[in-house]
Amino acid sequence: MASRLNSRNPHFLPRLWRLNWTLVILLLLISSIGFAMLYSAAGGNWEPWASRQSMRLGVGVVLMIVVALIGVRIWMRAAYFVYAGALALLVAVEAFGAVRMGAQRWIDLKVILFQPSEVMKIALVLALARYFHSLNIEDISRPQYLLVPLLLVGAPVALVIRQPDLGTALLLLIGGGAMFFLAGIRLWKFLVLFVGILVAAPTAWPFLRPYQQDRVLTFLSPERDPLGAGYNLLQSKIALGSGGMLGRGFLQGTQSHLSFLPEKHTDFIFTMLAEEFGLFGGLGLMGLYVLVLLYGVAISIRSQSQFGRLVGMGVTVAFFLYVFINIAMVMGVVPVVGVPLPLISYGGTAMVTLLGGFGLLMSIHVDRDVRMGRYGEPRDD
Amino acid sequence: MKADKTRENIFSRRTALVVGGQFALLSGLVARMYYLQVHQADRYRTLADENRINLRLLPPPRGFIVDRFGEAMAINVQNYRLVIIPEQAGDAPETLRRLVGLVEISDRDRRRVLREIKRRRAFVPLTIRDGLSWSEVSRLEVNAPDLPGVDIDVGLSRFYPQGTVAAHILGYVSAVTEKLRTGDPLLELPGFRIGKRGIEKRHDLALRGSAGSSEVEVNAIGRVIRELRRREGQAGQRVDLTIDASLQAFVAERLAAEKSAAAVVLDVRNGEVLAMVSTPSFNPNAFNEGLSVPEWRRLVNNPLSPLTNKTISGQYAPGSTFKIAVMLAALEAGISPEQKAFCSGHIKLGNQRFHCWKRVGHGAMTMIDAMRESCDTWFYTIALKLGIDKIAEAAQRLGLGETLGVDLDGEKPGLIPTRAWKKAVIGRRWQRGETLISAIGQGYVLTTPLQLAVMMARVINGGHAITPKIQREPPSGAGDEEIVAVDSPSIGYSAEALKLVATALDSVVNNPRGTAYKSRIRTPSMAMGGKTGTAQVRRISVAERESGILKNNQLMWRERDHALFVGFAPVNDPRYAISVVVEHGGGGSSKAAPIAKDILVTAQKLDSSRNTPPSRVARAPNAERDFD
Repeated sequence: MASRLNSRNPHFLPRLWRLNWTLVILLLLISSIGFAMLYSAAGGNWEPWASRQSMRLGVGVVLMIVVALIGVRIWMRAAYFVYAGALALLVAVEAFGAVRMGAQRWIDLKVILFQPSEVMKIALVLALARYFHSLNIEDISRPQYLLVPLLLVGAPVALVIRQPDLGTALLLLIGGGAMFFLAGIRLWKFLVLFVGILVAAPTAWPFLRPYQQDRVLTFLSPERDPLGAGYNLLQSKIALGSGGMLGRGFLQGTQSHLSFLPEKHTDFIFTMLAEEFGLFGGLGLMGLYVLVLLYGVAISIRSQSQFGRLVGMGVTVAFFLYVFINIAMVMGVVPVVGVPLPLISYGGTAMVTLLGGFGLLMSIHVDRDVRMGRYGEPRDD
Repeated sequence: MKADKTRENIFSRRTALVVGGQFALLSGLVARMYYLQVHQADRYRTLADENRINLRLLPPPRGFIVDRFGEAMAINVQNYRLVIIPEQAGDAPETLRRLVGLVEISDRDRRRVLREIKRRRAFVPLTIRDGLSWSEVSRLEVNAPDLPGVDIDVGLSRFYPQGTVAAHILGYVSAVTEKLRTGDPLLELPGFRIGKRGIEKRHDLALRGSAGSSEVEVNAIGRVIRELRRREGQAGQRVDLTIDASLQAFVAERLAAEKSAAAVVLDVRNGEVLAMVSTPSFNPNAFNEGLSVPEWRRLVNNPLSPLTNKTISGQYAPGSTFKIAVMLAALEAGISPEQKAFCSGHIKLGNQRFHCWKRVGHGAMTMIDAMRESCDTWFYTIALKLGIDKIAEAAQRLGLGETLGVDLDGEKPGLIPTRAWKKAVIGRRWQRGETLISAIGQGYVLTTPLQLAVMMARVINGGHAITPKIQREPPSGAGDEEIVAVDSPSIGYSAEALKLVATALDSVVNNPRGTAYKSRIRTPSMAMGGKTGTAQVRRISVAERESGILKNNQLMWRERDHALFVGFAPVNDPRYAISVVVEHGGGGSSKAAPIAKDILVTAQKLDSSRNTPPSRVARAPNAERDFD
C-alpha cells in the first residue's frame, strides 16, 4: 500500500518543482508590504515589529512548503486527526491558557504564544471537506447526515465563544457555512438553521454570565463604549480619510505616528497604509489580495477530488473573510472585532496559519489530478 | 460516476455564486474607501489637522510617611535629570562630548542616547542621566551658554531622611517589574516606583494615590503648544506611624556597635511601637535607582541578614526572660510566693543532672529571690510541679507562640511547646526533662523580640492584652491626657499576681543582689524594672562541665550565648516596655541590660509616648501640599 502511494505521488524534487511559485511570490510581495508598514508603525525602525515579523514569515513559508510537499491523499487521511488535535488545543486553552488583553486565547509555549483558535480555522476546513467528500450526493440531502458536520462546527464555536472571542467564533461559523453551501446543502436548510439560531439565541441568553452578556452587547453595539471602540473607529476614519488619493507619503502619516491611531501595527494597519499611500495604495493592496483569491478559486475548481475542491475553497473563503472583515472594520462598515489583516498585521499565529492553509492549497494544486474514493483510497476512472 | 459529476457541477455553480458575492462585497469596500478618501477627504484632512489633543498622564506624588510627631520619615525630593533636546542641540555628539567633561556620563548612556536620537522625533527631550548632584547641576548651569539643547528636568524621587535607621519598618520603593504590571497605566510610566517592603509595601495603594491627566494641544507634527485641560490626580495619602523618629535614631545608634541585634520599645498602655530596630540595616535610598547585581548579592548573602527585620522575623530562645511566664503560671496554680526551694547548683531527674547557672548553688530561695537572682534550680522545681502545659498557657496569654498581627510583612509566630504539640509535630512523648529546660526558656521555646516586648507590656500594664501597632490615625491635636489607658481585653491574672511579678522585676534591677543591678537607672522617677536572659546556643557537654565551662570570650562568635533583656520604665507608673536581643552577645546582664537602660532613659527624656507633637520637632508638610 505504502509503495503504491509513493509511486502515485511525485517524488520530492519534482513535486517541489511543480509547486505554484507564482502564488508564493505573490504572498511574499504582500508580506513585504506588511514589513514596510510595520517599519513605519515603529517610527522608521525594524525593531520591534518588522524584524520579528520577518522571522515569523520565514517559519510560515517553510511550513507552507512542507505542507505543500505532502500529498493531498495524506491530508485527506489526516483531516480528522488534525481537527481532533486542534480541538484538544482549544480545550487546553480553556484549562491553562494565558489571559491576554482580557481574553483567554493563548497557550504559552515559553518561546511563542500560540493561539489554537487560529489553527482551528484550517482544521475545520479539512474535517468538513473530508466529511462531505465521503458523502454521496443523495445522502447530502438527508437531514440525519448533517448532524456530524454541525457538531464539527458547533464544538469549536462553543469553545471559542467561551474564551470569549466572538470574532473568531463568527469566522468559524461563516467559514463552516460556506463549506456546507459549496458541498451542496439545499438553500432552504440554511434558512431553517438561520431561523433556528435566531430562536435559540434568546433562550441561551440567561445562561450566559453577566460579563459575557456585557461582551456580547459591546460587540453588537460598540457605541456602548464610546471611549474604547468608538474612539478607535473615529480615529481610524480620520486617518484613512485624510490620506486622500495619493496619501501623505511613506513614514509621513501624522495620525498614525502621533499615536492617535490605536493598534496601528495590528488590527488598524490598513488604516495606516491608506493614510500613507492613499486610495491608490489601498486599492493596490486589495488588488493583490484579489489575485490571491482568484488563484485559490482557480486551483479549487481545477481539482479532480471533492476533498481538494472543498479544502481549496475553504482556505480561499477564510482568507477572504480576514481581508473583508478587517478592511470593513477599519472603515466602520462592520463592528470592531479583532481580526488581523492577512500577512500584514503584526502577529504570528494568524500568519503561520494562513501560510499553512496556502500550503494545503498548493498541495491540492500539485495533486489536482489525483482522484480519491470515499476514504481517500486511490481510484482511477 | 455520474454522482461525482453532479457534485462537481453543484460545486462549480456555487463557487461562482460565492466568488460573485465576494466581488460584490469587495466592491462595496472600494466604494466606501473612495467615499472616505476622495469624497470626504477634505473633511477628514481638516479633522486630522485639528486632531491635536493628546492625553498625558500625570503621576501623583507618593504619600509621605511620618512619625508620631509628624516628622518626615519618607518623603519625595526633587531629582535632577539631564535631558537633551536633539533639534536644539544641533550637533548632538559634539554636545555630548562637551557634557562628559562636566558630569559623569557612562559610555553605555552615551551610546544609548546617540542611538535614541536617531529614532525619536527631534523635539522630544531625551534623558541622558538621572540623579544629578547639586554641584553637577550648578556646573551645568554655569556652562549653559555652551550647551545648546541641554536642559535640566526636575522629577520626584523617594528619599528617606533617616537613611538606614528605620529601613526595616519603612521598606523601600523600586522600579515596577514586569510581573507586577497589572494594566494600571500608572505602572507603565517610566520612572514610576512602587513599595517593595515594610510600610511602603503594605500601604502601597494608599501611598500611591491616583494619576491625573493633562490634555495638551499639539500641532500637526506633535509638538506641544499649550495645555488645554488638567485633571489633578489624587496625591498619595500620608501614613502616620507610631514610631518616635528621635527614639528610633537613638536605638539604632546604640545598637550599631553590635554585630547583630534587635530592640523594640512599646507604649505599654496601647501597644504603640515607639522604636523598632534591627541591626545591621540597609540603606533604603539605594534601592531607588536600582541596586547593581553585586550590591544586591552582597545584601542577600550577608550572614547577618541585613534585609531581615529581626524584631519580628528573628526567633530566639528567650532564656531566663521566660521565667516571667513561669512565675505567673506558678502564682495562678496557687503556689505560695513564700514557699522556698533549695538550690544546690543542680537538680537530679532520673540519672540526669540539670544545672543552675550558679555552680555552687543559691541556697534556699523564695519566688521573688529566685526571680531576682534568676535561680534556675528553683524554676526547675516549680516547673516539675506545674507541668509544661500550664507554663505554655501562661506564655500564650502573654502573647508568645503566635503572630501578633503587626502591620509588617514577615512576622514569625515563635514556638511555645506543649505535650500535644510534641506528639503532633515530632511524634514523640513529652519528657519531663524538657519541662525543666523549657522553664528557663531553652529547648523548643522560641520568641521574637516583638513578642518579648508585648509580654513585658501585658504583665506591667495591669494585665491588658495589648497588641502591637505601628500605624495610627494622625494626631488630632488633642492633649496627652486623651491616651486611652487601656481598652484591650484582660489576660486574666489577678492584680496581686501581676503586682508580685512587678515587684520581682523591680528587684532584679534595683536590688543589689539582682542580676541587672549594674544597669539600674539612678534617677528614682525613671527607674526601670526587668529581667535578664542568656540563651545558650550550643550544648555544653559533660566533659566540658568537668573541665570548666568555656567563657563566652573564649568561643567563636557564632557559638556565644544570645544576650536578652526585657524591661519597663518607670517602675511606679509604667509607660515603656522594651526588649533587647543581642545575638551572640554573651550575658543578658552584661550586654543587653545596659542597652535597655540607655534606651529607656532616652525614651523617658524624649517623652516618646506623648500623643501630640512637641515644639521641638518642626512638623513635616502634608504630602498633598508640597510638590506638584
